[in-house]
Amino acid sequence: MAFPMDSLLVCVVLIDLALLAVNRLVTLVRIAALQGVLIGGLSLYVGGADAASILTATASLVLKGIVFPFMLMRAMREASINREVEPYIGLNLSIIFGLALLALSLWLGFKLPLPVAAASTLIVPVALFTILAGLFLIVGRLKALTQIVGYLVLENGIYTFSLAISHQSSWIVELGILLDVFVAVFIMGVITYQINREFDHIDTNQLSDLKD
Amino acid sequence: MMTFFLSSVSLLMATGLAALFSRKGSLIAVAGCILAAILGLIPVLASLFTSAAFTLRIGWNVPFGAFSLEIDPLSAFFLLPVFLLSPLAALYGQAYLQNQGGHAKSWFFWNSLVASMAVLVAARNAVLFLVAWEIMSLCSFFLVVCEHRHAESRRAGWIYLVSTHLGTAFIVALFLLLGNSAHSFDFNEFIRSGIVSSPAATLLFFLSVVGFGTKAGFVPFHVWLPEAHPAAPSHVSALMSGVMIKMGIYGLVRTLTFFNAYPFSWAAVLIAVGALSGILGVLFAIAQHDVKRLLAYHSVENIGIITLGLGTGLLGTSLQLPFVAVIGFAGGLLHVLNHAVFKSLLFLGAGAVALRAGPRDMDRLGGLLKRMPRTGIAFFIGAAAIAGVPPLNGFVSELLIFYAGFDGIVAGSVPVVAATVAAVAALGLIGGLAVACFTKVFGIVFLGEPRSREAEQAHEADALMTVPMLVLASLCGIIALASPLILRVFKGILPGLTHLSAAECSFRLDRAAHTLEGFLAAAAAVIVMATALVWARRRLLSGRSQTVVVTWDCGYVKPSASMQYTSSSFAQPLVDLFGSILRTHKHLEAPAGHFPSIGSMRTHTADIFRRLLFDPLFAAVQHALIMGHFLQHGRIHLYVLYIALTLLILLAVKLQ
Repeated sequence: MAFPMDSLLVCVVLIDLALLAVNRLVTLVRIAALQGVLIGGLSLYVGGADAASILTATASLVLKGIVFPFMLMRAMREASINREVEPYIGLNLSIIFGLALLALSLWLGFKLPLPVAAASTLIVPVALFTILAGLFLIVGRLKALTQIVGYLVLENGIYTFSLAISHQSSWIVELGILLDVFVAVFIMGVITYQINREFDHIDTNQLSDLKD
Repeated sequence: MMTFFLSSVSLLMATGLAALFSRKGSLIAVAGCILAAILGLIPVLASLFTSAAFTLRIGWNVPFGAFSLEIDPLSAFFLLPVFLLSPLAALYGQAYLQNQGGHAKSWFFWNSLVASMAVLVAARNAVLFLVAWEIMSLCSFFLVVCEHRHAESRRAGWIYLVSTHLGTAFIVALFLLLGNSAHSFDFNEFIRSGIVSSPAATLLFFLSVVGFGTKAGFVPFHVWLPEAHPAAPSHVSALMSGVMIKMGIYGLVRTLTFFNAYPFSWAAVLIAVGALSGILGVLFAIAQHDVKRLLAYHSVENIGIITLGLGTGLLGTSLQLPFVAVIGFAGGLLHVLNHAVFKSLLFLGAGAVALRAGPRDMDRLGGLLKRMPRTGIAFFIGAAAIAGVPPLNGFVSELLIFYAGFDGIVAGSVPVVAATVAAVAALGLIGGLAVACFTKVFGIVFLGEPRSREAEQAHEADALMTVPMLVLASLCGIIALASPLILRVFKGILPGLTHLSAAECSFRLDRAAHTLEGFLAAAAAVIVMATALVWARRRLLSGRSQTVVVTWDCGYVKPSASMQYTSSSFAQPLVDLFGSILRTHKHLEAPAGHFPSIGSMRTHTADIFRRLLFDPLFAAVQHALIMGHFLQHGRIHLYVLYIALTLLILLAVKLQ
């Protein structure tokens, strides 16, 4: 049972590393969407065949695989931007950081006590790594769009984490989180467009000039 | 009985709210305050005279909290000034604020302050106590900044707010430690858990002295008093100085009841703190020129006297000297009531003077006794009482502390003699200096000739302002006359503090009461004799011609107000004597030549603790914090990094 699941989880980890290594925004959005789809599939695999888990998995698949990429691509087109130029932390350095974060999450994840045994021992470390990778994108990148993708990846991590304790958490909570993410991405997409229209760029470091 | 208490508190809150929303609100609030005080006094007096305790416990949805109230004789004794003074000061304040342009909304804070103090004293749960404590601090802050248009008021308000919260931090730590060892936040559990004297208990004692001492005004935590009192409206100063700072004393006394035994060192600490506060308080008072600032320093002095009494009582308890214990505590606690009465009277008097004569600087006043006779007489009685002149109430409580101290000196063992000699000597010095100080205040402000046009044009304050003052002045005499009776009230309070049985306490109290009766008889004889002398003088002078001339008319061709003593010159011998402590700045422009035309002198005495202790301390803290300023740069993604790092580190530490 563990084999297909673990390979899916390894794919999620590889995607996290890839996210840290690309600078084309289109690619970034695409592989983030791919990660969302993978995790949705994972939830179907773990959750079994009851109506509730199928419902949440489908909703997550549709949103993360179709709706979010579409919205982000549109925001990108409107802001006419396609590349992350000069991130705070260079791409090669990002991968090294990513590997360090992976080591950290493995260490933390194996130590973290869970109320119930997880379906796979890898779930918790992978979830933690995905969360950290998302945070890394938010902290280390310049463009507002990359930061939105970072937020999505963060949410993917949380979703993965919930798989570890899926028997405990209610599907209504999952749906609520999805709705939150949807609204957040929607608003952030709009704001990105507005920032671009107002300032002719979406570099967040220049927004800090707005502080008091 | 608790129904009366609860309805009193809710009446205060309700009428306070009315002051926020209604235009006639200030009248409603003042009426509510008076009615609530009458309601509140019923259980208070019942508990004092029957030594009974009334309890009330209501569930409360706060973690570790319980709405647990109790009025035992100790609480009732501290509730007495709350309910006695708040209506009088409120009546006065109504008239005072009307002359100052309204401030109707301040009555909300006034009534909340009174209500919070009432709940605070009756609270038997640490959470409820802290909530009431915090409401009290905040309401008094808002009352201090009542005249918020003056930058001076705002500055004073901030100083007060910062110091009161620093003090609260110590009290929170105290209750957390107590709750941790008793596994409950109920005061009764604290007592039941039986904290014995140990290093841990000494830490608790230290926390309570610093925490409650900040509110009470122990040196060196007194720095907020001389700032906040001059800035606040007079009736607020009266309530704060008369009643609110006593909440610090209450907290300290209540904390003492949690302990099974007191080591000698605690008594020594309290006596040292009391002596230091008393002597420095009165010394700094002498050097001031602003009446209200001077009175604020006198609050520090009187808190010192109270602490000397408590320290002597503690000494007696720790070394099994029952008489020293009982009478020391009784003197300290009685001084709480006395100080509440005469200090609020003096603040109200100072307010009436400021309202009618203008300047708060004494050197621009003078001759007000002829212009404001009722205020002057009330102020005179208050000044005599605070200076400890018999037969007024200040004398009685100081006499009790002396009595306990001398009894300790006779006891013989070296540490007792050393501690009590220190207490008695300090009290003597304080008393002498206080007489000098109030001679100065009354002489400069009320006697002589006016030193400014405003003082010349002063007239008597409204009846609403003078009547509360006269009531308080008569209370000064009544408390003194009733003191043997009041002493018997303490037999319900002292067993918890001295760990003696009620019978043992009342035996010693009776002995002291007999002594007091003797003194009162002597005082009555003096009063009768003085009255007879006055009558004889009238009799002798009647039918002869009398002329009234200006003061200082002895042989000068052209007397002018500027040839009178000023507050600086009156205090000069004492200020010079203690110059090394006071560090008074003199700006002297000496007259020169054979026909000098110009000469002037000004003195200014800043608070040394503020200048040498707190200012450098706060500057250092600010300097340290500015070094962390680079962390706040406005880059959101780095803020995210901070949060992420914090969470990761916490997680890693937890999983370690």
